[in-house]
Amino acid sequence: MSTCSVSKGCFVFKPSTKKRRLSDKTGHDFRCPSNDSEDTQLRFVTCQSLWNQIKSETEQIQEDLNKQLLDNLVSFLSRSHSDFQEKTTEWTCRMKFREIPTAALVLGVNVTDHDLTFRGLSDVLQDNITPYVALLEAKDCPGIKNLMQKLMGQLMNCDIDVDSMDDEDCVQVSQNRIRCSMPSLISWYDSVTKKTDSETPSKKRNSSSRHWRSPPVVVIFKDMESFTTKVLQDFIVISSQHIHELPLVLIFGIATSPMIIHRLLPHSVSSLLCIELFQSLSCKEHLSTIIDKLLLTSRFPFKLGEKVLQVLINIFLYHDFSVQNFIKGFQLCIVEHFYSQPLSVLCCHLVDIKKRVYSLSHDQCENIRRLPSFRRYVEKQESGKQIELLTNDSFLKEETQKLLEDLHVYHENYVSILRCLHVFTSSLPKYPLGKQIRELHCACLENRVWETEEYESSLQLARMLNKTDLVTMLQQCVEILIASSGKEFDRAIEKLKEFLTQFQNLEAEASQERDVSVSPQKELQKKTDLYHLQKTLLELKESRRSKKLTKFEMLRFEVVDYIDSLVRRYLVPADNRTLHEIVYFNAAAVLRGHLNAAPRTALHTALNNPHWYLKNQALKCDGGGISNKAPDICIVYKLHLECGRLINLADWLEAFSTVVMAAEEPNADAASSDQVDDVIHARFIRAVSELELLGFIKPSKQKTDHVARLTWGGC
Amino acid sequence: MSRPEGMRSSRHSLQVKFVPDEDVLKHITDDTGTKVRKEKAQLSVSVKRFVKKLENISDNEAQEILEEKNYVAALGICTQDAVGNGSNISGGEVYSFQTPKRSNKMAELASELAQTPEQNVSPDHSKCPEKMAKTPQNSKLSSSNRVQQTSKKKEFVSTTPYRLRKRLAAPDPYLESESEYSASCSEEEEDEEEQKEVSTIISDQKTPAKTKAASTPPHRNSLAKKRKAQKMGNLVEEYFEAHSSSKVLTSDRTLQKFRKRRLNQQTLYDLLKNAPLAYAAEIRDLNQQHESLFSKWMLQLHLGFNIVLYGLGSKRDLLEKFRTSLLQDSVHLVVNGYFPSITVRSILNSITEEVLDHIGTFRSPLDQLEFITKRFKEDSSLELYVLIHNLDSQMLRGERSQQILAQLSSLPSIYLIASIDHINAPLMWDQAKLSLYNWLWYETTTFSPYVEETSYENSLLVQQSGSLALSSLMHVLHSLTLNARGIFRLLAQHQLEKKDNPSYPGNYSPFLICLGCCCSQQPWVLVCRLHFQQQLSSNSWLSEAHWLSSGTVSDSVKQ
Repeated sequence: MSTCSVSKGCFVFKPSTKKRRLSDKTGHDFRCPSNDSEDTQLRFVTCQSLWNQIKSETEQIQEDLNKQLLDNLVSFLSRSHSDFQEKTTEWTCRMKFREIPTAALVLGVNVTDHDLTFRGLSDVLQDNITPYVALLEAKDCPGIKNLMQKLMGQLMNCDIDVDSMDDEDCVQVSQNRIRCSMPSLISWYDSVTKKTDSETPSKKRNSSSRHWRSPPVVVIFKDMESFTTKVLQDFIVISSQHIHELPLVLIFGIATSPMIIHRLLPHSVSSLLCIELFQSLSCKEHLSTIIDKLLLTSRFPFKLGEKVLQVLINIFLYHDFSVQNFIKGFQLCIVEHFYSQPLSVLCCHLVDIKKRVYSLSHDQCENIRRLPSFRRYVEKQESGKQIELLTNDSFLKEETQKLLEDLHVYHENYVSILRCLHVFTSSLPKYPLGKQIRELHCACLENRVWETEEYESSLQLARMLNKTDLVTMLQQCVEILIASSGKEFDRAIEKLKEFLTQFQNLEAEASQERDVSVSPQKELQKKTDLYHLQKTLLELKESRRSKKLTKFEMLRFEVVDYIDSLVRRYLVPADNRTLHEIVYFNAAAVLRGHLNAAPRTALHTALNNPHWYLKNQALKCDGGGISNKAPDICIVYKLHLECGRLINLADWLEAFSTVVMAAEEPNADAASSDQVDDVIHARFIRAVSELELLGFIKPSKQKTDHVARLTWGGC
Repeated sequence: MSRPEGMRSSRHSLQVKFVPDEDVLKHITDDTGTKVRKEKAQLSVSVKRFVKKLENISDNEAQEILEEKNYVAALGICTQDAVGNGSNISGGEVYSFQTPKRSNKMAELASELAQTPEQNVSPDHSKCPEKMAKTPQNSKLSSSNRVQQTSKKKEFVSTTPYRLRKRLAAPDPYLESESEYSASCSEEEEDEEEQKEVSTIISDQKTPAKTKAASTPPHRNSLAKKRKAQKMGNLVEEYFEAHSSSKVLTSDRTLQKFRKRRLNQQTLYDLLKNAPLAYAAEIRDLNQQHESLFSKWMLQLHLGFNIVLYGLGSKRDLLEKFRTSLLQDSVHLVVNGYFPSITVRSILNSITEEVLDHIGTFRSPLDQLEFITKRFKEDSSLELYVLIHNLDSQMLRGERSQQILAQLSSLPSIYLIASIDHINAPLMWDQAKLSLYNWLWYETTTFSPYVEETSYENSLLVQQSGSLALSSLMHVLHSLTLNARGIFRLLAQHQLEKKDNPSYPGNYSPFLICLGCCCSQQPWVLVCRLHFQQQLSSNSWLSEAHWLSSGTVSDSVKQ
């Protein structure tokens, strides 16, 4: 069946049911077109399980991070309606002022992540506080009527869910929906609460115990900024009239700043609200946690290369601040890696490695031999071993297993030492190696960090740290190393502890010394005039220069040198490790192409430099011009670039035909042919309408046979 | 390269040097004002930020450039990719301000392209002989073309012949290696040049070529800062100024000059069918590259991503191939976005009616969407592939349509694969929609002609034959009862009689007339009135009435 029609734009194709059953069974995996071994299924399964682990991990993180916020909100809500519950005087006095308890929830600019937060929020609320939660979005509520309709629809539906009403009630609900007004909402609320009251406790014991007797009605405005002011104002004014009958609580989701409430609502309206502010965790902290838990851990065998990580972080920082997008990018990395790298079957947990290595086929062994890092490794071995590695599969497998285990150990050590280094660098002034651990991580992955200038300067700064800082840092390092699973750190821990005790000894010595000698600093504190002060300072400086290093300074140098040695030993960039291709995903270009594409640039290239795509010699041009043999649309495009706002079609056609004629029959005299060939005319028409489709031009009525240009730059 | 050597050495006032990014940056940070020259273009540098650096570029601007460079460098780590994607060009080239237009410029360029055909083609293709005329006029022109070609990547394309001559005259051994260059001129030459530049940018003047020089701002000593401020401040103003004036300087020639009849759709189609497609082999190669991605698309669709294809050339055939090769065994929906009367409602209708076999109507698309969502969530075995050709078409690009489609695509068991063509298509989507769509972008430049996509378009150049309308009219006519057909006939006659009367309102709103006829004294029409009102409310009648009013159809209706 064709999908071209002049009367129809949608075509549905349904296969016969028998066929469909078949397709369901086969499932989907990495069915690569060619060059693939039998490992595809295993790879797909590994990929899926890894992704599922990571996904649940991220969800867990998200939940943990929001816990604080949600707890605060829940306590606020229970406070706000406990008054109503007990009908205390306080409530009545508030009622007099008609204030609606309101929570302003500042969530940050990454609007796309909010959905998840709100979903969590409404779940928590429904579990703990009230079954009556309505989530409203601005795009559903262009007017107050729609808002009420949406609100009542959600409230009454949720009521059905909780109480599992019988049919009669459903009818009642649908009747109610017809006239969506505040009184009907109130009467609905009354009837519902009365019913729960009258219900026998034995029947609905557990459900009613979760909620209060008359639970509040929570209305969540997901995106407060996008609501029309009128709608919001009307809703608030109306509902404040009925607050004594209906315990309403509002929650505003705010992306920008709390000021927006006062900008959206005039004082007369905002005074009807009793606003409490809640701040959610910033998305940057969220990202840090995610990176910390997903990347800087040896739990997951899959790793991101430096450039890939950089691309993901940059998309986050420059484009959307969306943690969800970051995770999506991470997912894409996993899929791409397992799809494109046949050896990724070895990218698994340590326990499985042995089995998988030994079940490798010969082709896969060849794949290993083809890895650049492995070739470098082979070259370093002596000749006998080289031959073994290149010819003997089982020897290769043994070696591979060992190397992979080494790689694993490397990761464990890397992460611990990275954290230690971060302890030092994150407290230095101006943060030469970055404030966040992710920056440090990138720097270490990129190249040997100890060869960079930034590292040099941070060591310099570290040599000037004061004692208390140094001691606390060392203590932190010791904690990190003890907590790490690496086995090689016993000595390092010993050494660091030794440093700590030395510092303590120093302290004791110093206290003794201080009694004996009056330090020059003490002298400074005496009253003195400017001249003397200057003199003393100069003397001090002289003496310091000439003086030998104190014990503390010596020790400090030693500590820094030791840290430096640890860094040099453990923070080797991953590219230098053998077989890193198996666990590291490095195709940053692919990732960027899929996530952060530039369609307009692609068009620009295609139109200006068709040779980039069509590898034909005739199209080859240096310097960015195009030859007259280029595809029609390129020529037409190039010609139209020379025009202003309006383009004369006649001129355009003539110019086009000049070019095309010259390209086709160069010997013919171009000037003589005033008449344009039909075919060329047709080609011109096609090219022009293609440009119109692409949005470069549009028909214009300003002048006969003219079109208007829609772009005014090079593209 | 056959550049006239004499031209090059005759003038030496302007120096064109090639300065790589690092040196430009170094220069900026040192602020020493010395020009650093470097020999080789660094091919590995993916970021080609082409800085047209004038002597007095301000630090502020330089800082911006630096920042942009860093940013692009961070993102643009792609260079050598198997499938050629042109994304290693920085935005500055694509979105540059460039409005130096003259009325006869197009013809000039055309003659250049025509006259210097084979200068950079390898010898085995030299069936077209070099036919560059050696007259001074011509060589100048051809060299201007050369510069035109080499200067693709700079921010301001020079068009003034004077400038061209100057630039050309400069000894520029590095110009060929890479088109990155920086022009640094000395003293007054430079001032003049710069003023000219400013004027070319800020004023969209279309004065004839030779009088261009007169348009330069008079004061020569206007200094760096002032000029820069002027450049930035006026750029915006002047743009709007230039575009607000209704006067457009183009030639007054019309297509009638060619004494050609306008082609109609069918002849156009036939002509193009006979014309050989250029570079068919290369295009086939490109398509094969894309086709190798099919299984990957399938996988990614199943993992929750949706796929959007972009790039020059019709992606219809590619998607059709994808459909026929991989989707035969599953339920799928093909949407021709370029279809002129496609609506979101029709897409939703075909899902509810044909996929879900639901009979009934919905109050609003949102209700319908809710229904679809519910059904797909309930029944996990339900899967639907949606292919949309031209998601960015006129009819679908609206905010509400996109919102609905985005929500539809966010359902886990609906797999969307769509293509976009319009240069501004990505502007349709804000962050919220993007996250709903969950796109993976694929560049699929095919260079295939947009045959289907443009066939509906009522291009200026195509004669509107009305054959399409007529055939649809016939369909509707056949569906009517005999009685109704008669009435329709009467109406048509009525319409045609009054056609030439300009005061007759029916020329503008055929509805009124139809209704007017119905309400008039003729008793038999009164009988049918109810029936008619029903008919009128349907869309088919609407379009019919519309076609009736258009002159092209009226002749055919008579028959």
